[in-house]
Order: sequence, then C-alpha cells, then structure tokens
Amino acid sequence: MSKVRVLVGTKKGAFVLTSDGKRERWEVSGPHFAGWEIYHVKGSPAEPNRLYASQCSGWFGQIIQRSDDGGKTWIQPGTPPGEPTTAPGGMPKGESNKFAYDTSAETGKPLTTHQWYDGTQHPWEFKRVWHLEPSLTDSDTVYAGVEDAALFRSADGGKSWQELSGLRGHGSGPGWQPGAGGMCLHTIVLDPSNPQRMFIAISAAGAFRTDDAGKTWRPINRGLKSPYIPSPEAEVGHCVHRIAMHGSRPNVLFMQKHWDVMRTDNAGDLWTEVSGNLPTDFGFVIDVHTHEPETIYVVPIKSDGEHFPPDGKLRVYRSRTGGNEWEALTKGLPQRDCYVNVLRDAMAVDSLDKCGIYFGTTGGQVYGSADAGDNWAPIVRDLPAVLSVEVQTLP
Amino acid sequence: MIRVILPPHLRGLARIASEVELEIKGPATQRSVLDALEVRYPMLRGTIRDHITQQRRPFLRFFACGEDLSHELPDAPLPDAVVSGTEPLLILGAIAGG
Repeated sequence: MSKVRVLVGTKKGAFVLTSDGKRERWEVSGPHFAGWEIYHVKGSPAEPNRLYASQCSGWFGQIIQRSDDGGKTWIQPGTPPGEPTTAPGGMPKGESNKFAYDTSAETGKPLTTHQWYDGTQHPWEFKRVWHLEPSLTDSDTVYAGVEDAALFRSADGGKSWQELSGLRGHGSGPGWQPGAGGMCLHTIVLDPSNPQRMFIAISAAGAFRTDDAGKTWRPINRGLKSPYIPSPEAEVGHCVHRIAMHGSRPNVLFMQKHWDVMRTDNAGDLWTEVSGNLPTDFGFVIDVHTHEPETIYVVPIKSDGEHFPPDGKLRVYRSRTGGNEWEALTKGLPQRDCYVNVLRDAMAVDSLDKCGIYFGTTGGQVYGSADAGDNWAPIVRDLPAVLSVEVQTLP
Repeated sequence: MIRVILPPHLRGLARIASEVELEIKGPATQRSVLDALEVRYPMLRGTIRDHITQQRRPFLRFFACGEDLSHELPDAPLPDAVVSGTEPLLILGAIAGG
C-alpha cells in the first residue's frame, strides 16, 4: 500500500508526519533541528529518500541540511561526521551554507542594487533560504530561493551553491523592493515538459520566467494590477505570494497575489483575475489538485492588515473551474474563533488516487484531507507556527 | 590550550557535548581561535562570523574574564587567562526574539 510523508517546517524545528494510504493514522517524528527556524523541507522527486531542509536562525544564520534516508538522519552536505574536515587542498569544508552573490565580471562591484523601504537604492544582502526546489530528474541538483531575492543552484547535493545571476542582472533589479516579510524569492516552479523553463516569484517584484535553464530571465507580470504601488501595472514591483502549476499543463499557472487570485494560460505572458466569488482575494497559498488540472485551492485571508480568516472561520476554497467559481470547504475545520494564518509555502497535495491536501497554520495545526478537500481533520494540533508543508507519495 | 564554550544551538549543530579545547599556533586572538574552531568543526562556518564579510554575526557576543570582548579587534590578543586556559572564551547568543 502507498504511504505519504508530510514534511513540516516550523518556527522551532522540522517535523515528519507519516501515514499509510488511508491517511487516517499518523506518526509524528520531530522536532528535528529543535529551536531553529525551518523555512522549508522538500524531497527529491528523483530519489524520494533524499530530503533538503533550510534551517536558519536570527543568531546563527543559514544552514542547509540533507537527509538520504527519508528524514531519519541528517547531515550538513560536505561536512558529514567522521569524514575529513578539510578538502585535499587544505581548505576547510563547510560551504553548504555559503550563498555568495555574483558580482560584475567587469568591475567586481555588486551586480545591481534594489529599492529600499525609503525609495533609495540598497545593496543585496543574504539573509536566508526561503524555498528549496529539488530537480525533477537529478537528486544532486537543487535550487534555492533566497532573501534578498536571488536564485541559487547546487549540482553537488547541496555542498556548494552558485547564483543564477541572470535573474538579478537582467535589468529590473533596481525596481524590486522588500515586502513586509523581506525581499524573498519564495516560489520556484519547474516545468516537467521542458527542462529549460522555470518560473520564480519574488515579494515584492513579481513573477519571472527563464526559457534557457536560468541564464536569462524576463518579468511575466502583464495583467497584474496592484493599486497600492506607484504604477499599478508596472513591469515589476508586484507582491506575488505563490504560484502553482499542474504538471500536465505547464503553460497554465495559478497565482495568489497579495490581493487577487490570477491565472495565465500562456506561461505568464498575460494574467487574468479569477477571484470570482471569494469572500476576500487576499491570501498566501494556492495549489492544484493532482488529477484535475482545473481544480484549485486557496485559503482566503481577511486582508493585508489582518492576517487571519474572515469571520474567524477557517475555510479552504475550491474552484473546479480553474477559478471564478469557488466553494467553501469547511467540514472538520474550525468555524468560530479561528485567527491563524496559512503562509505561502504551507499547502501541498499528494498524488494518491483520492487526492490528499494538507496545510499548516501559524497556530501550529496541520490539517489534512484525504478526499480532495471535502472533509478535513487535524493531523497535529500544537506544533510551533508552521512555515511550510510538503508531501511525498511513496510506494 | 584555549577553551571555548559555544551556545547550545551551535553545540548541537557541531555535535559537541561540552566545551571545546583548541591548540592555537601563534598569537591567540579572536580570529585565530575562530579559524581553528572552524577547521575542526567546519559545520560552524558562517554561523559565528558571516561567510562573506567574516564579521561577527550581530546577535552573537564574545565574553571572557567577565568582560565583553565583542568589539575588540579580531587580531587583538585575548586575555592571558584565556590563553593559559584558566578562563574560557564564551560565545553567547544575545537575548533577543522568541
């Protein structure tokens, strides 16, 4: 029988939740890396027992962890216990947490600057890894979306990282600005039909696409309207919260923006709003049903000033029409006095026959549905605030 | 022999049960002690000093002999009691956040 493994990153550690295909009884493992913020944990599609985790701390900075046994044990890549601590040339190992921004090849100076809160230009400063996206085909290759916004790639299992600096260097960088949570590259979507193409999203710059495996990039924000920025239809400057794709239709993307739920049918060349009858179109997460490419899920949040569900009712909204027409999913979710948030990386879908959906809250609950959202139940109720949720479907 | 006491998060990261003892060749300074610490425990690189700038991370402090050494120059000699191993060099996380 198939199994599922839910990978949960929280403010104070990582947790691994496992169940059989019925998804009724769960085992909870953790906390792993207790006391550290775990922004994201994700498994390799090519080798599911290989997991990557972003571990960080305001005191001690960034750490990358890797497991090769499904989360039972972890190492910092390049520094496994018992191995020599220096490379053959005598240089100390320990580069897996080094994220060095590229500089100009001509001048050696910073590649670009970005817009600071006061409107002045500011240099890029690395803070943390928000999102890790393992390659679809090679377990040693993994992408990292970081704050300040940039995309890095490792081809050696996380031991070392190189920036794909065509993203920051393509010209619009000076127009990017930090959102309330910082200037973070939080979304990386790989096109399963075209290894040259990927999509990323940055708060608050917008969405970008590469068609040459990361060498060159262009903004794909046409159709987005953000009335709270100086030029509401600017090429960059939009606060995109999350993008989701169904692998069978890689030209169709769904976006939860700061406000507005959007879709594109041409790989981002033009977006249209599909918020429809949602009670509010502010939110963070968005995801797509594994077997139904027009079935999508969001969790509406009251507003940018009040990060909790409207009316104290935690409701997932489902559209079976690719947007515009939405239904509230409430069975098993708290329908009074609920004031949690669901952060942008905290929803995932499994690939069992009856699609399972999972999301985590800032109140420490992880909810699961084994029937595409019709019924929900908490898997755990009292974790630290949940930052991210991923799920693996295992044989 | 220089004794170094790390904060619990970093002891966990480096899988160290108690304090660290380091032999330092040449002058014992913050820089030479941290260099030696990172050679033995490479997983600590970037956690005490920024990987790029080599500056002390803002929320970490260095103490020894009841004194805050955080703003001493990296190449300033450490106190004699630290050099002799009588007193440890303490690396502390500032009280901040939750």
